[in-house]
Amino acid sequence: MKVLVPVKRVIDYNVKVRVKPDQSGVDLANVKMSMNPFDEIAVEEAVRLKEKGVATEIVAVSIGPAQAQETIRTALAMGADRGIHIQSDTDVEPLAVAKLLKGVVAEEQPQIVLMGKQAIDGDNNAVGQMLAALLDWPQATFASKVEISGDKASVTREVDGGLQTLSVALPAVITTDLRLNEPRYASLPNIMKAKKKPIDAKSAGDYGVDTAPRLKVLKVTEPAKRQAGIKVNDAADLVAKLRNEAGVL
Amino acid sequence: MAVLVVADHDNTEVRDTTHKTVTAAKSLSGEVDVLVVGQGSSAAAQAAAKIDGVRKVLHAESAELGKMIAEAVEAVVTPLMANYDAVLTPASSAGKNFAPRVAARLDTSPLSDVVEIVDASTFVRPIYAGNALETVQSNEAKKVITVRTTAFKAAGEGGSAPVESIGGADAPKTDFVGEEVVKSDRPELGAAKIIVSGGRAMGSSEEFHGVLEPLADKLGAAIGASRAAVDAGYAPNDYQVGQTGKVVAPDLYIAIGISGAIQHLAGMKDSKVIVAINKDPDAPIFQVADYGWVADYKAAVPALMEELSKAGK
Repeated sequence: MKVLVPVKRVIDYNVKVRVKPDQSGVDLANVKMSMNPFDEIAVEEAVRLKEKGVATEIVAVSIGPAQAQETIRTALAMGADRGIHIQSDTDVEPLAVAKLLKGVVAEEQPQIVLMGKQAIDGDNNAVGQMLAALLDWPQATFASKVEISGDKASVTREVDGGLQTLSVALPAVITTDLRLNEPRYASLPNIMKAKKKPIDAKSAGDYGVDTAPRLKVLKVTEPAKRQAGIKVNDAADLVAKLRNEAGVL
Repeated sequence: MAVLVVADHDNTEVRDTTHKTVTAAKSLSGEVDVLVVGQGSSAAAQAAAKIDGVRKVLHAESAELGKMIAEAVEAVVTPLMANYDAVLTPASSAGKNFAPRVAARLDTSPLSDVVEIVDASTFVRPIYAGNALETVQSNEAKKVITVRTTAFKAAGEGGSAPVESIGGADAPKTDFVGEEVVKSDRPELGAAKIIVSGGRAMGSSEEFHGVLEPLADKLGAAIGASRAAVDAGYAPNDYQVGQTGKVVAPDLYIAIGISGAIQHLAGMKDSKVIVAINKDPDAPIFQVADYGWVADYKAAVPALMEELSKAGK
């Protein structure tokens, strides 16, 4: 069974994000970039499926600038077999990403698309669901446990109020939540091996997808800062202030 | 232009998040209809009809709708969109699950987690875990919007809209297997006026629940947790407050033993009043707290309980 894992190059999650003074976006110059953490979890899950003998081939696909190949190499070093790089130097919106991935699915015919529930830059949480709709596939989002048996996937999902378990017929889209697994670090030998694994170079035009943005970003601003308040000395002081000053008790 | 709100409800009542989404919808149009999907949800449909400003309630039922299976919800919503220019739903786990599916069907770019509606085509939404706000213009003919409900005031009651039953839908490729729903007499995190939240400093599940539950019960509060506490297994996942968990904005948020990672702050910084109790005076949580108390929670929480008792709580 083939597993397709889309991966995105994003600003590293430990980096403090700075908004550009001209409000045109977030400053990405000389900032550490990494694989989207939710996608890392998806790669890890795919590799575990291969280790269990469920998956036979893992294909990592990334849409982005030339440097997105580094992100694909990271996936290859973790255990993916080969990569597809769809070159794009501009930001691609979730709808267009879903359409490009639909094109990749048509060529690759995977049984599972395993991907992060959201990218930590745009925080849209949309591509997996949109891809499933375009393919007319079932979806199991926000997965915290995945088990494959035969032509079905049993997926436990993190939902408001607790956990929900669904059984979806394959092929299906599964999106990962934080607690699905802890991604491995690639070993040095695997990083060396990954350099020899093939990456196909593609463009959006190869899939006949128009990636022109539908939404126009007017500005990007910093959220209002909350001012630090005062220190209290003891419980009596705190309760008095909450009652008399804040009026919330 | 008419707009549709897909309600969040528990079969008997519509959640407050629905009222807030109706407020967001009213800023787009004077013609707001509410769709209630579920199973055994007639009471919720009747409750939705009482929300002020609602023109009509549509009500669809099936087993899969009762479990909010995305494929089934989408199959009901998408055809309805012939009559509406926008659909809005709370950015709950269910809303986030089905809304992008509807958007893909309609070939429209969705707007996730909207916190402000500037005008009928201009929206503000958080990006980068709430560290930046993006103002975007959408000229799509059909808009699909999930609403971060903490950013909107709840619409009032007093409406008397008609309720119309429409056909349900199923999800032939997806089967519901089971669920583990955390039962609690405490208020829901998303709707609570007061939240008591604990972090990794608690050290164990027993300590987390043993310390926070009596305090929460005294205050009539919901219990939240930082991601670190959830990852460590001290609290169940649905307690998690933060960018990847729940975004809350209660009147009073008491953070106990929480350092204040960016991703946690993103989930609670819109609370009206924030109290932080932490023994580390340099913890980032103090930078957003209205009232900071540098103390070990082990001594602080019992002292706080005693003072609250004295104050008649």
